[in-house]
Amino acid sequence: MKVEQISIFIENKSGRLAEVTRILGEAGVNIRALSLADTSDFGILRLIVNEREKAKQVLKDRGFTVSKTEVVAVEVPDRPGGLSQILQSLDRESINVEYMYAFVERCGENAVIIFRFDETEKAITALINNGFTVLEGERLYAM
Amino acid sequence: MSYHNEEFETLPRQALEALQLKRLQATVARVQASVPFYRQSFERAGIISGCIKSLDDLRRLPFTVKQDMRDSYPYGLFAAPMDDIVRIHASSGTTGKPTVVGYTRKDIEIWSELMARSFAAAGVHKGDIIHNAYGYGLFTGGLGAHYGAERLGASVIPMSGGNTKKQIMIMKDFGSTVLTCTPSYSLFMAEAAREEGVDFRQLKLHVGIFGAEPWSESMRAEIEQKLNLCAIDIYGLSEIMGPGVAIECREAKKGLHIWEDHFIPEIINPETGEVLPEGERGELVITTITKEGIPLIRYRTRDITSLTYEPCSCGRTHARLSRMTGRSDDMLIIRGVNVFPSQIESILMRIEGVEPHYLLIIDRKDNLDTLEVQVEVDEQLFSDEIKVLQALSHRIEKEIKDLLGVTCKVRLVEPQTIARSEGKAKRVIDNRLIS
Repeated sequence: MKVEQISIFIENKSGRLAEVTRILGEAGVNIRALSLADTSDFGILRLIVNEREKAKQVLKDRGFTVSKTEVVAVEVPDRPGGLSQILQSLDRESINVEYMYAFVERCGENAVIIFRFDETEKAITALINNGFTVLEGERLYAM
Repeated sequence: MSYHNEEFETLPRQALEALQLKRLQATVARVQASVPFYRQSFERAGIISGCIKSLDDLRRLPFTVKQDMRDSYPYGLFAAPMDDIVRIHASSGTTGKPTVVGYTRKDIEIWSELMARSFAAAGVHKGDIIHNAYGYGLFTGGLGAHYGAERLGASVIPMSGGNTKKQIMIMKDFGSTVLTCTPSYSLFMAEAAREEGVDFRQLKLHVGIFGAEPWSESMRAEIEQKLNLCAIDIYGLSEIMGPGVAIECREAKKGLHIWEDHFIPEIINPETGEVLPEGERGELVITTITKEGIPLIRYRTRDITSLTYEPCSCGRTHARLSRMTGRSDDMLIIRGVNVFPSQIESILMRIEGVEPHYLLIIDRKDNLDTLEVQVEVDEQLFSDEIKVLQALSHRIEKEIKDLLGVTCKVRLVEPQTIARSEGKAKRVIDNRLIS
């Protein structure tokens, strides 16, 4: 039920983000979703891609620090209050969201949100028990 | 031309050397009799009492290094009983235990006398109001300048460091005529004064005596222009005495006169220990020849300079040191604090996952030294969460501050961004222009 995300450390200087996307493009890796968190010195680029291993390898070969992280993809009802319902159910279980970002494509009538939790397993259980749909990684990579 | 002690400051070379020899012989006898460390090291070197027959014989004596002082912590090198020690100072001790120095009443007298001479050489007179912004405390700067000012008969304002707004107010209201502090702090004050709307041209300052950190001719020009005074370079170190070991004269401002009736300077090749001829650059070695509390024989200062005996236009016969340009070890002086890159390395190595690839970048921004520590982020260290990486930076910054007392900024950088060199890794980029 977990999704693999790759995270890349990028110094906050011009051209680094372009460099990452160029390397991935040349390797034929397709980016499905992304989020960039940054500070004045550095940024962390988080990606869901169709070919994780390949993406990781080509970036490492070019000297980037890359890691894999387990995240959770949840379908969110595409209507007012949809996301709020999910967050409320997590809050009831005292589960903390480290960060989240939206998937670029819609999945049927629903949107997809990527979550990073401190307690991934507990979060997945809570989400399923509350009737939300947690997506398999394979489905997501192929979207 | 004004001297504090004309007779000794202008003593003919021959008389000066005769005095040096007499005092050197007495010092060697003193340490042999009262300091086990010297008794043993002289024995190993085959030095017997009475073997110093000329100043050239000094070369036969072994060197004393900072480590010897640490090994003798705290009082092992003292040559006077504690009953006779009236003052104790110490270095910052950033590389371990501080080096402790003790002064007898006579030592304090001589230090005051040499500081008074130094003030006089800088053109300071009785009647001047000396604004002393060197730190008071274990550090020798504040009290050293203070006693010298009183000895000279000037009025001294014991400001110590910090509280810049108040410093400026006092300088303005009290009519300070002389400023003593580190060169970088003087420029910091100039900046602060500008913000306060105080123009240094309206102050009465005519001379500034700056030391405790290396500075350049271009910095002198900047200080003189911004503070509207004559900037004089002073040299000293706590192991030898404190400030006032050597100073530039206002007349020539060409090299720092070292008070040779109390110290014998030598310049050596730091690699081989060989004594270098006049004019060649090398490490300054000083032998104290009047100190009672803690006389030092051939103390390796680690400061790089050169020595000239050429007569000076000021009339003083004492040799001159050229501006200090660096250190023979890798010590850095950052905001007056002694820092060895190896100390930062050991802090980094204690943090799990930190690779031994780091770089220290020292700069001078807004007239204050800045230290940036670049640390490469590899997979072990990396987290996909910003807060984890920021906590790591802050932890390193805090540990460096706690251990070394230096504020720094940690910058996390991508792997392989710090250049690997074939031989010795380049760990330091010092962008401060000191020449």
